[in-house]
Amino acid sequence: MRQILRLTVNGEAAESLVAPHQSLADFLREDLGLTGTKHGCDLGDCGACTVLVDGEPRLSCITLALECEGREVTTIEGVARDGRVHPVQEAFDRCVAAQCGYCTPGLVLSCVALLRDNPSPSEAQIRAGLSGNICRCTGYTKIMDAVREAAVELAGQAPSPAEGSRRD
Amino acid sequence: MTDRPDAPSALGQRAGKIDGPPKVTGAAVFADDLRLPRMLIGKILRSPHAHARIARIDVSRARALPGVHAVITGEDLPERYGVIPVSQDETALKIGKVRMVGDEVAAVAAVDEDTALAALALIEVDYEPLPEILTVEDALTRSDVLIHEDAKNGNVTKRVFQRYGNVDEGFAEADVIVEDEYLYEASTHVPLETHCAVGHYTPDGKLTVWSSTQIPHYLHRYLARVLGIDAARVRVIKPEVGAGYGGKSDPFPLEFCAAELSRRTGRPVKIAYTREEVFYAHRGRHQFKMWLKMGVKKSGEITAIDYKCWLDGGAYSSFGVVTSYYAGVFMTLPYTLPRYRFEAIRVFTNKPPAGPKRGHGAIQPRFALELHIDKAAAALGIDPVDLRRRNCVEPGTETVNGLRITSVALKECLDAVTKASGYHEKRGRLGPNRGIGLAASTYMCGANHSIYASEGPHSTVQMKLDRSGQVAIFSGTADIGQGSVEMLGRIAAEVLGISTRDMRVVEGDTDLTPVDLGSYSSRVTFMAGNAVLQAARRCRDQLAGPVAAKLGCAPADLVFRDHRIWPGDHPEWKDDPAHSLSFRQGVEVAEAATGQGIGAMGSYRPPRIGSRFRQTSVGPSPAYSFTAQVAEVTVDPETGEISIDRIWAAHDCGKAINPQVVEGQVEGCVYMGVGEALLEEHVFRGALYQSPSILEYKIPTSLDTPPIEVLLVESHDPEGPFGAKEAGEGPQLSTVPAIANAVWDATGVWMNETPFLPERVLKALEAKRKAEAKGRTAAVAPAPRGSGSGT
Repeated sequence: MRQILRLTVNGEAAESLVAPHQSLADFLREDLGLTGTKHGCDLGDCGACTVLVDGEPRLSCITLALECEGREVTTIEGVARDGRVHPVQEAFDRCVAAQCGYCTPGLVLSCVALLRDNPSPSEAQIRAGLSGNICRCTGYTKIMDAVREAAVELAGQAPSPAEGSRRD
Repeated sequence: MTDRPDAPSALGQRAGKIDGPPKVTGAAVFADDLRLPRMLIGKILRSPHAHARIARIDVSRARALPGVHAVITGEDLPERYGVIPVSQDETALKIGKVRMVGDEVAAVAAVDEDTALAALALIEVDYEPLPEILTVEDALTRSDVLIHEDAKNGNVTKRVFQRYGNVDEGFAEADVIVEDEYLYEASTHVPLETHCAVGHYTPDGKLTVWSSTQIPHYLHRYLARVLGIDAARVRVIKPEVGAGYGGKSDPFPLEFCAAELSRRTGRPVKIAYTREEVFYAHRGRHQFKMWLKMGVKKSGEITAIDYKCWLDGGAYSSFGVVTSYYAGVFMTLPYTLPRYRFEAIRVFTNKPPAGPKRGHGAIQPRFALELHIDKAAAALGIDPVDLRRRNCVEPGTETVNGLRITSVALKECLDAVTKASGYHEKRGRLGPNRGIGLAASTYMCGANHSIYASEGPHSTVQMKLDRSGQVAIFSGTADIGQGSVEMLGRIAAEVLGISTRDMRVVEGDTDLTPVDLGSYSSRVTFMAGNAVLQAARRCRDQLAGPVAAKLGCAPADLVFRDHRIWPGDHPEWKDDPAHSLSFRQGVEVAEAATGQGIGAMGSYRPPRIGSRFRQTSVGPSPAYSFTAQVAEVTVDPETGEISIDRIWAAHDCGKAINPQVVEGQVEGCVYMGVGEALLEEHVFRGALYQSPSILEYKIPTSLDTPPIEVLLVESHDPEGPFGAKEAGEGPQLSTVPAIANAVWDATGVWMNETPFLPERVLKALEAKRKAEAKGRTAAVAPAPRGSGSGT
């Protein structure tokens, strides 16, 4: 039996009838048309479906939509605000950190969270922070470049609303 | 009118790529992101048996389920296909028998995924199991069991035998003979996007298929044939593709099924494979068993190679006939080889079919040869780099099997990579259990012959300019992440002197874009690059006459740069409106002067070479790339675990059109090589695939990937577009042998089988310890005579 789900997605209130077994990834893609969130494995193995739930990276393919009642979800479509892409996105573009681009939305969200929690991560910390996101194209080299460049860029800026607020 | 090398260049700039912004914002549309009105969801029923007759199929209960709109079985799409014309052994849904676990038996279209899955469960299939062939040995000996009853050579897909010169004479001349056996394990691509297709048959009798394919053109032809629809009424659109690495180079059952289900229902139908289905769709790297014998003189001169290999092909041919040639034709490069004998046998087994994976067919023999070179160097007491340099093929030569060699910068790659890594300073001196190793390799820049016989161009690009100042490029190429969109734009930008971000590249749409054969065999930069170069020059020439007349100079004197057109001998006029024009004004002037729109086609057809030996019609390429790599490793003698500390890769890419993209290709190649060296194996428990998920099939994460240092070497190929050659596959060939050679430097054991799993390393170390205890030289693998193994 379907249930009513009310939550905030990319800063906007959303309300929908969802099946109890519907994943957050399916809800975002099918009900809201937010197709930037990708299916890579549907088993929580690859990280392509990563979104932020209350600011924390979550694998939306193994998160039930109904678990997000009353929460705030940020997808790749909500990272850019006020008509300007996020510094992490800019750095990914500038460094050619996206080859096929399929893992990119999930990686961008993991990077946003990583740099919010640790504004100047070490090489090892970046590698650990991205280890839940498989990229099969780049060897992570240009992604590492992008994270380092974004960290420098963000260090000169106040936190933007896109990073979300953490709810403990 | 020539390109002005003295003017600031669009090439070489590090400023992202044209299609970067949609990819970093989530706006890029992949096949599974398409949602058409009234779209149905399709699912495929698969065989649980590796080899069985289909005695009965009853789909009546599935058809009766509310929400189900169509159910089809093998007889509904009986036309055979196969990507290679000489081996047409597939049907979209299997007829009469299944040949592997996962073979497609029936397909349904329903209102949603849950209903489609419920319908699959209602299809009744009675199977009569048949004996299974699961190994190459069984395939070659069990003549009582045929996987394809009508195959000409039993369970052998293809046998290739080639002989150039007398190898026995060569071995007689040699001072050292190195002989060994190797196993290169099967692996699979794992693109992050699973295969997905949307079929839409419309009442005008036209079919459109959106598909995550590397080969829109070949798919177009096969859809027309299998569906029985005139090719003129079939349109294939390649949306953004979430990578392929060769895994989307065949036509796949979901494309035919989505199309047929749409024809039957009158509604669009989407089918997306699950991750598990992709592991069974496979077409990945063949498992190779190899026997290699090489003769070398004291001087380091290689005198002969005798080489035999067995390929485990799986249930269908896929590209296997071609793989069987690639298994041997590139052994004559990059080291000059005077005598060569080669035999490859590819067999059918009741497992998912192997096919092309990055470095198709060439990775496995390269692994064997590069270990062999280091073994020979050890046996002769020659530096491994010197041995490679001494035999390095020269520009302007032809190999013993008739490959034409144009540009070669392998020696420069060897110099660059040994210097950057400190190879000579470190080798043998890194201390216990640490080592450094080197390997070199070569790869083709596209095949000289298309997959089907054709004298037509391999790539055509259409270009349109108009008074808005915008340039549109229409190309049948398939960007799968490797950067062909950026390559096309960058070359056109270089010629027309405008920014790539003002261009629109329309790619991979068979209604709108001229034919390109697709993204395989590392052909796109060389072939489509030359086509777009020709188109852009023709468009520039259409502007040059009228613009020169307006500015009062000769057309040949004009410079096109920074969105300006001016007489080159007056640099001070560049921004002077009295003596120069903007690019947009230039188009306006040309349109007004001629009363014609501005546009042109450009095409590329490879030179007609490679016919001296009929049998090497697979292998000739207009150019070859070269790579040298060094790996530094640490081996834990207690656990057998290898950690790769760093990899340096020098690649002769001819010319880097966009250096960031080229570096990315090299880095991706090294990454994939690291996976195949240490982790990845596509193996089976009986007929059942052992690891059909990304958790179980181990691929390197960011924590498993070493730092990678790329050194681009530019040899300026005489026929490449601005001198460019391939970069997307060749660099992977050196990675695995460089790691193996580093493990030898660290431990004194040769890893002759991939992947180098901890248990294999421990076994090799144990064998070495036992051999040393017995007071003789260790030999990890059988090495009949004069082998360099373990010395």
